[in-house]
Amino acid sequence: MKEKLVVVGNGMAGMRAVEELLKLDADKYEITVFGNEPYPNYNRIMLSPVLAGEKTIDDIILNSREWYDENGINLITGDEVVEIDRVKRKVMTASGAETHYDRLLLATGSKPFIIPVPGHDKDGVIGFRDIADVETMLDAAKTSKHAVVIGGGLLGLEAANGLMKQGMDVTVVHLLDSLMERQLDKPASAMLKASLEERGMKFLMEAQTAEITGDGHVSGVKFADGSEVAADLVVMAVGIRPNIELAEKAGLHCERGVVVDDTMQTFDPKIYAVGECVQHRGQCYGLVAPLFEQAKVVANHLAEMGIARYEGSVTSTKLKVTGIDLFSAGEFNEGEGDETLVLQDPGAGVYKKLVIRDDKVKGAVLYGDTMDGTWYFTLLREGTDISAFRSTILFGQHDLGDAGHGSSGSGVMSLPDSAEICGCNGVCKGDIVNAITTKGLFTLAEVQAHTKASSSCGSCTGLVEELLASTVGEGYDEAPSKQGMCNCTEHSHDEVIAAIRDQELKSMDAVREAMGWKTPDGCASCRPALNYYLLARWPAEYQDDAQSRFINERAHGNIQKDGTYSVVPRMFGGLCTAEDLRAIADVSDKYQVPEMKVTGGQRIDLFGVKKEDLPAMWKDLSDAGFVSGHAYGKALRTVKTCAGKTWCRFGTQNSTGLGVKLEELTWGSWMPHKFKLAVSGCPRNCAEATIKDFGVVCVDSGYELHVGGNGGIKVRVTDLLTKVATEEEVLEYCGAFTQLYREEGHYLERTAPWVERVGLNHIKEQILDDEANRKDLYERFKFGQQFAQIDPWKQRAEGGEAHEFTPVVISA
Amino acid sequence: MSNWIEIVALEDIPKLGSRVVKTDTMDIAVFRTADDRVFAIKDACPHKGGPLSQGIVHGTSVTCPLHNWKIDLTSGEALAPDEGCTNVFATKVENGKVYLSLKADEVAA
Ligand code: SRM
Ligand SMILES: Cc1cc2nc3c(=O)[nH]c(=O)nc-3n(C[C@H](O)[C@H](O)[C@H](O)COP(=O)(O)OP(=O)(O)OC[C@H]3O[C@@H](n4cnc5c(N)ncnc54)[C@H](O)[C@@H]3O)c2cc1C
Ligand code: SF4
Ligand code: FES
Repeated sequence: MKEKLVVVGNGMAGMRAVEELLKLDADKYEITVFGNEPYPNYNRIMLSPVLAGEKTIDDIILNSREWYDENGINLITGDEVVEIDRVKRKVMTASGAETHYDRLLLATGSKPFIIPVPGHDKDGVIGFRDIADVETMLDAAKTSKHAVVIGGGLLGLEAANGLMKQGMDVTVVHLLDSLMERQLDKPASAMLKASLEERGMKFLMEAQTAEITGDGHVSGVKFADGSEVAADLVVMAVGIRPNIELAEKAGLHCERGVVVDDTMQTFDPKIYAVGECVQHRGQCYGLVAPLFEQAKVVANHLAEMGIARYEGSVTSTKLKVTGIDLFSAGEFNEGEGDETLVLQDPGAGVYKKLVIRDDKVKGAVLYGDTMDGTWYFTLLREGTDISAFRSTILFGQHDLGDAGHGSSGSGVMSLPDSAEICGCNGVCKGDIVNAITTKGLFTLAEVQAHTKASSSCGSCTGLVEELLASTVGEGYDEAPSKQGMCNCTEHSHDEVIAAIRDQELKSMDAVREAMGWKTPDGCASCRPALNYYLLARWPAEYQDDAQSRFINERAHGNIQKDGTYSVVPRMFGGLCTAEDLRAIADVSDKYQVPEMKVTGGQRIDLFGVKKEDLPAMWKDLSDAGFVSGHAYGKALRTVKTCAGKTWCRFGTQNSTGLGVKLEELTWGSWMPHKFKLAVSGCPRNCAEATIKDFGVVCVDSGYELHVGGNGGIKVRVTDLLTKVATEEEVLEYCGAFTQLYREEGHYLERTAPWVERVGLNHIKEQILDDEANRKDLYERFKFGQQFAQIDPWKQRAEGGEAHEFTPVVISA
Repeated sequence: MSNWIEIVALEDIPKLGSRVVKTDTMDIAVFRTADDRVFAIKDACPHKGGPLSQGIVHGTSVTCPLHNWKIDLTSGEALAPDEGCTNVFATKVENGKVYLSLKADEVAA
């Protein structure tokens, strides 16, 4: 039988410990979790954005009830554990339930400290700790006006900001003369106060609360000097106390918190503790980063691996008030013999201070520009000797790169792999980039799920998004630059493209031989590239190689996560007839398509088709007049159009008709990456032409041609190429531009990075200034299209590549 | 000892390509390399079960179509930096025919 693990406290530390444990050994324990809040585990940190109306409760749930079910965890919410019987090894709850344990994990967090002044127990006096508190505040904001927040620390200011956003008139009462004195020095604190005042927050500094007044419900706050302010709501945010009541009652050794050793064990070897409720080496923590480290350690011991130790943490702080950037770490008030470096730019609202001792960073306070916070924090924790770049350190790491002390580049991409991006979860840049490339991650949510980065306080979300954009945006295996295409060769994309053209290389073997490839048949990254380059250069002669195409292109559908495929028939310009729709509906019925949806590209996607069914389904679609939509290809995707002159009261030209003509011209052509077109009937631009690879915006006097747009991971607005007068010219310029990209673009490089790499001027020279060249490009494009516009679906429906779609069935 | 089952003619598997063999219990991917060697492994990537038969074959490895893990066809193991392993089955080619044995080989790690 499995051992029983009972967890008391369904909060951030306890559940992280359980997650870590499941990763190490999912089957070891039968797990029961008690939480006295009525919710599954949620991200407490995000209560501030919830209060400010920037997020909802649903957004901040970390582990849904389904998650507990899927992992076989018995979750009991809304019931408090009131007693631990250490002899019989069981816990008792308020509702009377008893549960036996072999191991017990205490993760009871902490409680807000309520100053015991007269009247502290009146209605309307609350802490800021859980969802119930936030709900009380949101309700109060609906019906009443005046809020007083006692405490000008991190939590108090976030509460005050949220209440202000909810429309309340907020006064912050602080005992000392400067805000956030535990994180900020005086100048930074003064800047913070000024900018909060600008937003409408009021402050009463050096004010000592003496009494909460009111008749049952709070009506005001009285101070030691006799003054008073009106209040319908009082939020006490003066500090937290580890929640040790239960542990103390059970006779466990407690001081400020439940005392644990480096393995997170309490004085009873069956009982472990993590989170804000513990005291480790004399230290209690109130931020998630150290708690998550503790969670890793305790999981390791619960899984009986017995190797991890927790040795304490250095923490850093950020304030989550949208629009205010603030970072603090270490000893930010200089001591004797310390040096300080200060950069102050009041105009720009920037203040940076570093405390240096023995050539090492000891503390940092940043206000207004926190981009380099993670870097300073890394230098601090690692005790790096900074004498070599001391004179520029305040300008940040980017500047350092230019001076030759590391890789150059912009922003976060220039950080070293070891730079910590997510402080809460201790995730470095290298971990994130590695996860993106090796696991093929595309969205922030995926990065959060795989690495945990940006899944707690969210202040690193911008950095993670930037990493995602730069890593995925360039296509994962090859960045378009002079480096070798892949590990099989030192030659760059440009060199390979030139060799294929100049040495008239017409097969992959010929390229690999002529250019000294290191592998006999290349790899999954160079083969598709070579196949494309050869096809684009020698459309009539080169024999396309199916085995060098990514499965989507080989099977002419998008592979789905369960191994089925999607089918997207082409609808030229997004136009369709009742008959077309009926044909699609019939096909959907016949092959029992589980889901259909209208895509962002103005056509219909049929999801979840079995691979064996594809050829027959394509035959039916082909008989009804459809061709493949190439929704799976590095190819011409869609031509998006708007209503246009025929119907729209603003339309200047026949945008729909022109879109159809453009799609008839370009469909079927293979490209370095996907390629999208749009035609809008007027500058209102309903077809979003200015984020397409080639976009047309119709105007009274003709057609504006826009190029190099991208609406995906990293939005790029098009550049205006030129304006032309007739539809014929639109087609010619479009064909020429497309061909230039096909001939020069690196495989997996979309037009946006391509235009940025070669420059718009180069494109103008080739297409605008040199008419003969433009016409040649257009002719080459049309020549290639003769071979490309053979519908691949029809070919396969007629039996082509049958082995691809026919499994061998054996019965054993 | 082994129980050889004839599946297809060698030429019915494209070079650097694969065929899927459906059995009662699972799908098996049978690959043919450029030099006409044939390997069979369970058609499920150790990462998230991606259909390896649909990947790109190079040398004696296949790259999974879902998230680009590379799997060694001889051992069924993921190549570094990834970790994991899928079952390998014995194959042989005789007189242009491919045979498969369903007894899963124990592969030394
Ligand atoms: C079906 C569709 C979503 C929808 O239901 O609306 C879709 C679905 C996918 N998109 Fe998309 N994209 C779809 C419109 C878009 C659009 C909007 C548009 O085209 O107007 C964009 C932003 C515009 C743009 O491309 O600039 C878009 C930006 C992306 C990106 C990011 C591209 C980039 O350069 O940043 C990817 C990833 C990639 O290509 O590497 C992507 C990748 C994908 C893939 C192919 C993911 C994959 O690799 O498997 C999805 C396939 C789903 C499937 O299994 O069928 N999809 N995708 C849309 C198909 C349009 C069509 O009819 O062909
Ligand atoms: C508004 C706010 C903003 C914050 N912002 C940040 C930030 O930006 N960065 C940062 O790092 N940290 C921040 N924190 C702190 C962070 O949320 C805490 O450090 C963290 O949640 C502590 O985790 P824990 O598991 O120890 O405690 P908790 O998350 O509080 O979990 C303890 C749980 O145990 C339950 N419980 C207690 N006793 C019992 C019992 N006897 N029986 C059953 N259940 C019990 C409690 O109800 C609670 O749900 C913030 C906190 C708040 C309130
Ligand atoms: S782009 Fe212009 S023509 Fe087209 S629908 Fe919008 S307003 Fe009408
Ligand atoms: S399923 Fe194969 S790499 Fe993810």
